[in-house]
Amino acid sequence: MSTPSSDTLVRIRGLHFRFGPRVIFDGADFAFERGKVTAVMGPSGIGKTTLLRIMGGQYKPDAGTVHVDGLDVPALSRRELFEYRKRLALMFQNGALLTDLNVFDNVAFPLREHTRLPESMIADLVLMKLEAVGLRGARDLFPEECSGGMQRRIAFARAVALDPMMVMYDEPFTGQDPMNLGVLARLVRKLNDALGTTSVIVSHDVAETLDISDYVYLISDGKVAAEGTPEQIRASGEGSIRQFLKGEADGPVPFHVQAPEFKADIMGEAA
Amino acid sequence: MRHLIDVIVGFLRGAGRSTIFFGAVLAAVPVALARPRLIVQQVYAVGVLSMVIIVVSGSFVGMVLALQGYRTLVDFGAEESLGVFVALVTVRELGPVVTALLFAGRAGSALAAEIGLMRATDQLSGMEMMAVDPVRRVVAPRFIAGFLSMPLLAAIFSVMAIGWAGGHLIGVQLLGVDAGSYWSQIHAQVEFRDVWNGVVKSVVFGTVICWIAVYYGYHALPTSSGVSDATKNTVVLSSLSILALDFVLTAFMFEGV
Repeated sequence: MSTPSSDTLVRIRGLHFRFGPRVIFDGADFAFERGKVTAVMGPSGIGKTTLLRIMGGQYKPDAGTVHVDGLDVPALSRRELFEYRKRLALMFQNGALLTDLNVFDNVAFPLREHTRLPESMIADLVLMKLEAVGLRGARDLFPEECSGGMQRRIAFARAVALDPMMVMYDEPFTGQDPMNLGVLARLVRKLNDALGTTSVIVSHDVAETLDISDYVYLISDGKVAAEGTPEQIRASGEGSIRQFLKGEADGPVPFHVQAPEFKADIMGEAA
Repeated sequence: MRHLIDVIVGFLRGAGRSTIFFGAVLAAVPVALARPRLIVQQVYAVGVLSMVIIVVSGSFVGMVLALQGYRTLVDFGAEESLGVFVALVTVRELGPVVTALLFAGRAGSALAAEIGLMRATDQLSGMEMMAVDPVRRVVAPRFIAGFLSMPLLAAIFSVMAIGWAGGHLIGVQLLGVDAGSYWSQIHAQVEFRDVWNGVVKSVVFGTVICWIAVYYGYHALPTSSGVSDATKNTVVLSSLSILALDFVLTAFMFEGV
């Protein structure tokens, strides 16, 4: 486990969380460093998005502590939570763009909601953010007129509109063609370094995520199965890590969800 | 028995949740009023865009009332009272009730579907993560717009039903009732109280429809069937609530008349 230092922005200790009977986290620990790109990886449905929502205060953990920049996130009041959220950004898997606003107004949305800047300055800031993601020319389009890759880039621009202390990316590369995927990956790294922010990426796209990350957590069975630099993760001989990195269907992480014996199920003999 | 208890508990839980949500919406109203542009946009969406259906329906309801009323009144030689018949039925009952039923189908369902779809596509979660309260930014302006639009739409409905394209067209132009009698009888016998009661009814119906629509939309399951259920429940519950409330309000308003 990495040792939390004074440069640690996010400290999560002994995280327990469940949806009904389904255990998502069973004592997981994380420490995300300031100014770094940290990846949280694992198979689909393992709880990566849930982790981001816990960090964002949308879900409260059943047990454990979640501290971000010294704030005890689950203990924040609604007003404090909204103040805290002004300093972070979550980029949703589907972009979560507001469909009744065009590209320009989507990126301007957090600026108009949280600042009293004159419209001319907001326009300058929005154009700067759109220029950074290469979509200045698409300012008048509506989200439904944009491709999936463009929507992610618009969501990028909106996420960094207020220059947040931390940006959380939820599966930013899913469903993208190779060209878009490369563009998005470089954008995450470039924005992180240019803005001096902290980035947390949850993803199961192995190659791209490892390429741009400074530190990687691999989660399995509600716990941190492995962590380290991308080089350490790549060099690991541990079974579940190899299985995940190589994309093997079966291994320490079973392909099949636990079920009665197949023949008994087919013959209608299963209880 | 067990099933019945579950149904009752489920109903009470839903009533409690919707009441708390209603309180949250009312608390957000002052903040929303400070941003009139958002309200104007929603008045256009739920009010102005509902006008065609209200105008057409009002005209046809007025025509039918005139036809039916004339057939009955003429037997008693009282066809000159056709205007007041159409006016009282419209202002007291059909104006608020039919407008509310149409409003629930046209605007209520659209509100629930729009907010439900925003839930399903993470737009509401996205706002929360951007430190923007969706109840203030999305729900309250729509609620206020519905609240303001419904009485105005009911007034337009009544005017259309009584006026040149409705009861007047059939009664005066087609059936030959004297135009002076048509209007003077309305003027003499429709009291301010009748109009006021109609306004009160339409305000109550508008509030209930918007409450139901934003509640079901906001709490829709984030699936296609969840949005569909929110829309369906809005129309069904709004319609039943309008009819039940109409009975209760009428009983109180015209007690002793």
